[in-house]
Amino acid sequence: MADKVFGDGKGRGKEMATRLVQSGVRFDTATGAVSVPIYQTATFRHPAPGETTGYDYTRTGNPTRQALEEALADLDGGAGAFAFSSGMAAIMAVMLLFETGDHIIFGEDLYGGTYRLMDWILVKFGLHVSYVDTTDLGAVAAAVRPETRGVVLETPSNPMLKTTDIAAVAAFCKERRLLTIVDNTLMTPYLQRPLEHGADLVVYSATKYLGGHNDLLAGIVVAATDKLAQDVALVQNGTGPVLAPHDSWLLLRGLKTLSIRMDRQQENAQRLAKWLSIQPQVLQVNYPGLDQVHVQAAGPGAMLSFSLKDAQAAKSVIQRLQIITYAESLGGVESLLTYPYLQTHADVPEETRERLGINDRLLRLSVGIEHYEDLRADLEHALRF
Amino acid sequence: MDWETRLIHSGFDIEEHTGAVSIPIYQASTYRQTSVDEAARYEYGRSGNPTRNALEGTMAVLEGGSHGFAFSSGMAAISSALSLLKTGEHILVCRDVYGGTYRALTALFSRFGISNTFVDTTDILAIRAAIRPDTKALFLETPSNPLLRITDLRACVNLAREHGLFTIADNTFMTPYLQRPLELGVDVVVHSATKFLGGHSDVIAGVAVTANEQLAGTLRMIQTTFGAVLGPLDSWLVSRGIKTLKVRMDAQQETAGKLAEWLAANPLVKQVHYPGLAKHPGRDTHSSQSGGFGCVLSFTLADGVQARKFLKCVRIPILAVSLGGVESILTYPVTMSHASMPRECREELNVRDSLVRLSVGLEALADLKEGLDRALRESVTD
Repeated sequence: MADKVFGDGKGRGKEMATRLVQSGVRFDTATGAVSVPIYQTATFRHPAPGETTGYDYTRTGNPTRQALEEALADLDGGAGAFAFSSGMAAIMAVMLLFETGDHIIFGEDLYGGTYRLMDWILVKFGLHVSYVDTTDLGAVAAAVRPETRGVVLETPSNPMLKTTDIAAVAAFCKERRLLTIVDNTLMTPYLQRPLEHGADLVVYSATKYLGGHNDLLAGIVVAATDKLAQDVALVQNGTGPVLAPHDSWLLLRGLKTLSIRMDRQQENAQRLAKWLSIQPQVLQVNYPGLDQVHVQAAGPGAMLSFSLKDAQAAKSVIQRLQIITYAESLGGVESLLTYPYLQTHADVPEETRERLGINDRLLRLSVGIEHYEDLRADLEHALRF
Repeated sequence: MDWETRLIHSGFDIEEHTGAVSIPIYQASTYRQTSVDEAARYEYGRSGNPTRNALEGTMAVLEGGSHGFAFSSGMAAISSALSLLKTGEHILVCRDVYGGTYRALTALFSRFGISNTFVDTTDILAIRAAIRPDTKALFLETPSNPLLRITDLRACVNLAREHGLFTIADNTFMTPYLQRPLELGVDVVVHSATKFLGGHSDVIAGVAVTANEQLAGTLRMIQTTFGAVLGPLDSWLVSRGIKTLKVRMDAQQETAGKLAEWLAANPLVKQVHYPGLAKHPGRDTHSSQSGGFGCVLSFTLADGVQARKFLKCVRIPILAVSLGGVESILTYPVTMSHASMPRECREELNVRDSLVRLSVGLEALADLKEGLDRALRESVTD
């Protein structure tokens, strides 16, 4: 009876913008609440031993988190999605799918926290890692060993914004029975859906664009198949790094405006990238929107980085900014600037940083939804050191 | 300052800037940096959040440790503590450990070459006999779940130190109000803060505390890198719950003691397990290391059929997993808390289908007696 009145979660529309805003809208069948209730509970009453309402213990399953996970699985076209307490917890959960002796290939241009995770903790669990330029399939192939079990890539990469061909890597991996894992944080399913290109697992720091308001920490894993989903579920329940109900609700809330936020952020980024590339103080701008054709993504995104001709100027530029905030993180509605060399990528080995161009001239800009002219003027003022 | 006053005034719950008596909920993932050369006190939510840090500081004070760490669940706290080990190392674990800990070790950590042996930790000789050259740690729960078996913490600590092992104790059932393992020499204490600390069955959380600087450094690295951190609102809820920890446990413990005696005298109940009962094995050891008998007891009925019928008939307490909240909760270990332990292991431990666990809440003793009594009588009628 309740189902007929309140619907069953289908009918979300075909276009991403529609599906995003419809996330969770039909989830509550008890009252029809359009905003998913926050099930701030640890446990659930059993009607009798051996009988359950479908919920037992929030670590294992919680309706609010479930509404979020179902929406995310649908958006990426996966068999299952899992919400974690942070992006790193999501990456860690994927790493726990492997075992001692396994070898994993990582894109070399990636978040410093992942370096730290791989180098420090997983070496002690007996996993082996190689870092390669995943934009070069030959380099990936050269790194494969008998013990290789997976390839992890970010595209566009962080902070150099290089594009890796997901379909090519996924096809390569499938032939060799390796898992293809894509960190899709910068794009989100609104712009890029790795599973459609053959990836097996997608991970997100949902702290970034998905949440969108710099007000929550969360991580997501989406699995392509039921089997992988079961494996991830075991890790999520077994090690317990689950996203709390309140934060799950906040993330659901953020999803609803993802399309319009990303549209505006992307538009601002494209214009700023063009403007920066003709400024005399700027040596180079890294942004997919400047020179690349988009096959696997619907757009270039809203993240760019740029290097200054004068490395000494970096500090001054940072200090002169008044609207763009100097802070870690990215993807939120407020524009943020980071200094990868000292902040997010400090843990990447010096030699690698140099080779990739993550040096003391490089600034990374996560473009927000402020008015374009204010952002441009802020950068102009900052560059006039 | 008395311990019970420190529950309320541990020094981390009044916000410096405004004097707000309740720590603000810092629902923020990042923080403005004011200098390029030096990081501000807070950089990113995963590595530091004032609301979470307030809880962590409070727990460190209450357990008599130096560093506290808050996680998204008890299993996240336990997994993080187990991550102190590495491939090739071996851990000894009390054999009647919580089912989730059992599963994490046998289904996940074993994949990474961290081997385990489950021992009867109530028997020091058994622990000693199980130590191997690659053994690095000893994991304890006392009283254990669900049979309330008592392990001698001081003796285990001495044995561990003799062999260069570090010790981890799951102190969920007792909480630092009743038992402070770090003060007895244990290296790391872990909690499912979901239970008595949070106290209202409304938040999933885990905590680890240590007084060991080196382990603290490693745990900090694990917490920041694995990222299984507790969210700001949930941190605030646990902090809020802790303030009434003593009054809740005092009341619940008193009721539990009376119910244990009453059940032990009930002809429909075969056996009752509660550290406060005169004949409970290890009672004296428990009294030497704890300030009270706690709020959890378990009891057996004639058989599984009666147990299931009892659980089906009962209205108060409710039937659910978990424990430690203000509402009394009955749990059926074989299908719930210990379902992830293989049947043979459960049988060896005497965790049978006639066993029921009761976490005593704040309801009136008379109502709990009445509810249990009625369900017991209904469980033996056709």
